Amino acid sequence: MDLDLSSVAPFRAEVREWLRAHVPAAPLPSLETEEGFAAHRAWERDLHAARLSVVSWPEEYGGRNATPLEWLVFEEEYYAAGAPGRVGQNGINLLAPTLFQHGTPGQLARVLPPMASGEVIWAQAWSEPGAGSDLASLRATATRTDGGWLLNGQKTWSSRAAFADWGFGPFRSDPEAERHRGLTYLMFPLDAEGVTRRPIGRIDGKPAFAELFFDDAFVPDHDVIGEPGAGWKVAMSTTGNERGLTLRSPGRFLAAADRLVELWREHGDPADTALRDRVADAWIKARAYRLKGFETISRTEDVGAESSVNKIFWSELDVALHQTALDLLGPDGELAGEWLEGYVFSLAGPIYAGTNEIQRNVIAERVLGLPKAGSR
Amino acid sequence: MRFVLDAEQRLFGETLGKLLAESSVPRVVRDWAAGGHEPGLALWRTLAETGVFAVAVPESAGGPGPLPVELVTAFHELGGHGVPGPYAEAVAAAVLLDRLGDEALASRWLPALAEGASVVTLALPPAVPYALDADAADVALLVDGDRLCAAVPGEVRASLDPARRLFPVTPGEVLAEGPHVAAAAAQAYDMGVLACAAQLVGTGRRLLEVSVDYARTRRQFGRPIGEFQAVKHHLADALVGLEYARPLVHGAALAYGTPDFARDVSAAKAAASEAAYAAAKIALQVHGAIAYTDEYDPSLLIRRARALHTAWGSPPAHRARVIAALAGVSG
Repeated sequence: MDLDLSSVAPFRAEVREWLRAHVPAAPLPSLETEEGFAAHRAWERDLHAARLSVVSWPEEYGGRNATPLEWLVFEEEYYAAGAPGRVGQNGINLLAPTLFQHGTPGQLARVLPPMASGEVIWAQAWSEPGAGSDLASLRATATRTDGGWLLNGQKTWSSRAAFADWGFGPFRSDPEAERHRGLTYLMFPLDAEGVTRRPIGRIDGKPAFAELFFDDAFVPDHDVIGEPGAGWKVAMSTTGNERGLTLRSPGRFLAAADRLVELWREHGDPADTALRDRVADAWIKARAYRLKGFETISRTEDVGAESSVNKIFWSELDVALHQTALDLLGPDGELAGEWLEGYVFSLAGPIYAGTNEIQRNVIAERVLGLPKAGSR
Repeated sequence: MRFVLDAEQRLFGETLGKLLAESSVPRVVRDWAAGGHEPGLALWRTLAETGVFAVAVPESAGGPGPLPVELVTAFHELGGHGVPGPYAEAVAAAVLLDRLGDEALASRWLPALAEGASVVTLALPPAVPYALDADAADVALLVDGDRLCAAVPGEVRASLDPARRLFPVTPGEVLAEGPHVAAAAAQAYDMGVLACAAQLVGTGRRLLEVSVDYARTRRQFGRPIGEFQAVKHHLADALVGLEYARPLVHGAALAYGTPDFARDVSAAKAAASEAAYAAAKIALQVHGAIAYTDEYDPSLLIRRARALHTAWGSPPAHRARVIAALAGVSG
């Protein structure tokens, strides 16, 4: 398929102009704080009013039916403009694609519009104390009751859950079943009776995630996504999105790489060729990620396990890019600021959405065709 | 813009790949290394018939090109099979001869180069100081500042890659002189860099494939070594590097004729060099001792990847070019 970059020029110009007029001059407070969360929520509302919060969604839910190319262009402009981080991204990028695939018309109509406007911010509730990379060992339960399900147990490392409104994730609905079987995918309000949340300070102290305790929290049947018992299949459609392009678009890294080159121009020591090489590599890799993105949307076949290749690449690029910036800043590299915020954020990348070690196993077995351990 | 190959381009690559798979290339490489050029020259002529040189020759000079995407498609295959000979040098020479704007020189060598009737090699110091395989070439050229000269080869120097026969050269007859020579040489260099980058990705890809095959079949501790995570992760890393070098090569080909071409071929070469060299080191480690032998065919590719890592500009030199283009400061 040909990508006609000139055909998207008017859309690009519209997005650029709107952002130029609306992006706050000073950065918003960190979205991992209560004050910053509220400011970012208000920003989502502004984006939504311009129908720019979910451009690739159908119009009826607040989007523009944007093509994948238009979405990539939107993301390039968004990050190039230095616009605020997306507090709604877990819902928009992880839950919404799952709903488009497995949700009922009623769920789509109920969940998507307030997600698009930032009125409801979503948190992912997947990991448990005993189920990290090994998600299939999860133990939090959903027990059948009149008209719905009762949730019990614990979830943890739930990003944004400290201040978010709703959560989603898989629960074990068949206590006899093991591993991937007998799971059910549910949505629940974080302020429901029987749900207790405890914010957890991230490595920089900001409450970027939380642990959730469930004590007979009731979820009605209409908040089950997909068939009861089919939660693993539903969850895996989310991981595909997480590791593919959707979670971390090229625009984000292109903008950061351009800012890094700018930082090099201002602060770089031309004699420090080792640092210069790292700046160049960050820019080259951001460009590679962009070109690979264009390649991906040009292809018709399913990307499948190749999304694991993507996840390793962007998460390692993000760390390399930000630590290069901190090194460039020298003694100021430890000072609070946008580069440091980005660095702390980047450190989680190789861990969440399946650690990079797990991704390497997936690549080896499902892309390269190497044997599973103990498969004799 | 097409960020993936179209059906014709894919077919071109597949046809070349099939032809090379049936050409006993490792045998040709070993003969070439020993100074037995005939099988390699026969392969040169066969490949020329498929158009591997013609794609570098513009319509104005009687070729179908320049077709940079076809060129990188061809060089990916040449790299994957480890074909010996001054291929990147020849396409760079084609660009040089075309861009000089000298009718007489162009008509003297370009048609024969495109058809494969002449083997042309080229030295472009400082990045390309030796004339590769000058003993097998009909024409050896040297750009010396703003002079284009016939190259006078000296004593061959041994390379890590025995099939890369490197000849120091001194300027002979002056064929053209003036600032236009340096300008044409700069464009020739960029095309050579692009070809070399594509070759590297092909070489790295092939090394990954043979390493995966080996890890699936080689058994130790009662199991295929590919079951071990340490081995798996090496091979996954090789794939990640190569998967992101390839779009840079393709993207650079698409940038041909734009002001960003030089920057983009440098980005591609830096990434392709690193990815292919990493794949080569992983191939050596995954195979173990067998790949540390002269007689094992993939070890020819392992040596090729290392040699090409610094040929046509080392990664640091290309990163410096990228930064100079971006930041407007000299590296």
